[in-house]
Amino acid sequence: MNQRTFAGLSIVGLVMFAAAPLWIARAPYESTMGLIQKIFYFHVPGWIVMFLAVFVAGIASAIHLFRQKPAADRLAHAAAELAVIFGIIGLVTGPLWARKAWGVWWQWEPRLTMSIILELIMCAYLLLRRYGGPGSDKLAATLAIFAMANVPFVYYSVNIWRTIHPATSVVPQLAVSAPGMFGPFVWCSVAFLVLFTVMLAARTRLEAQRAEVERLHLALEEQ
Amino acid sequence: MNAVMRVGTIVILALAILAPAAAAAGWAHVDQPQPPQEEFIPIDELPPGDQMPAAPLLIAAYAIVWLVVFGYLWTIWRRLSSVEQDLGELSRRAGDGDPEA
Repeated sequence: MNQRTFAGLSIVGLVMFAAAPLWIARAPYESTMGLIQKIFYFHVPGWIVMFLAVFVAGIASAIHLFRQKPAADRLAHAAAELAVIFGIIGLVTGPLWARKAWGVWWQWEPRLTMSIILELIMCAYLLLRRYGGPGSDKLAATLAIFAMANVPFVYYSVNIWRTIHPATSVVPQLAVSAPGMFGPFVWCSVAFLVLFTVMLAARTRLEAQRAEVERLHLALEEQ
Repeated sequence: MNAVMRVGTIVILALAILAPAAAAAGWAHVDQPQPPQEEFIPIDELPPGDQMPAAPLLIAAYAIVWLVVFGYLWTIWRRLSSVEQDLGELSRRAGDGDPEA
């Protein structure tokens, strides 16, 4: 990503993110949950971006594993870190919503349990990259592929096992069932996606710069 | 000694008789059945003790998201600055003035 595109996307993302509360404040109240339902506008986009980050990490890891592309490995590492960050957003906003809507902070039901397992897998990826030593990139890549395979199970878990968590049909039907909520939801989702793109570009650049530092260190040692 | 034993026995017997009665009274109080709820009650019609304010939870959720996003952006910026400084220094040492090289 060139510098001008990066700067433009950063401004768009930050403006959209800053303006999101204004859109959310104007959205109608959900009839049974009231005010607390407005956590939805950050909670769901947070998970959408988390799943996207896991997919990016998984696909890039597969490319690195089978085609030996260091650039793909750097992208995977960056995406894995973002998956953890957006997973934290989902795992923090969810219990705050649940406390009011369900009366409990946490339920060990399939969606929540599988979500935390996915988050732990991505944390394991980062720990492996940090402390795994030589060859940990390959091991971590297999972990990212495993995490990617886990995403559909997390997503469809609410349809397979009927649980306290709402089913997947809520968001796809939002444009029809609650048009007033659809606009703010799309706004927040796009804001999160733009921020994710900007963060991914910056984080991938950081990995590229680190690789360059390593290359220069080796070159200096050989002199 | 016999008097002490006799008083002790009376106390133990009294406790043995009274304890189940006291426990039963306590359980009866705990097990008082709540009147069954037969229809949906909107949240603002619940008794004040059962109502939980939503605003602090909502504000906490949004504040945490903002903190996480901007905190993470700050860490990326800090790490990038540090690595670019290292890169500049190494490039100078390698006799290459261009940090992008």
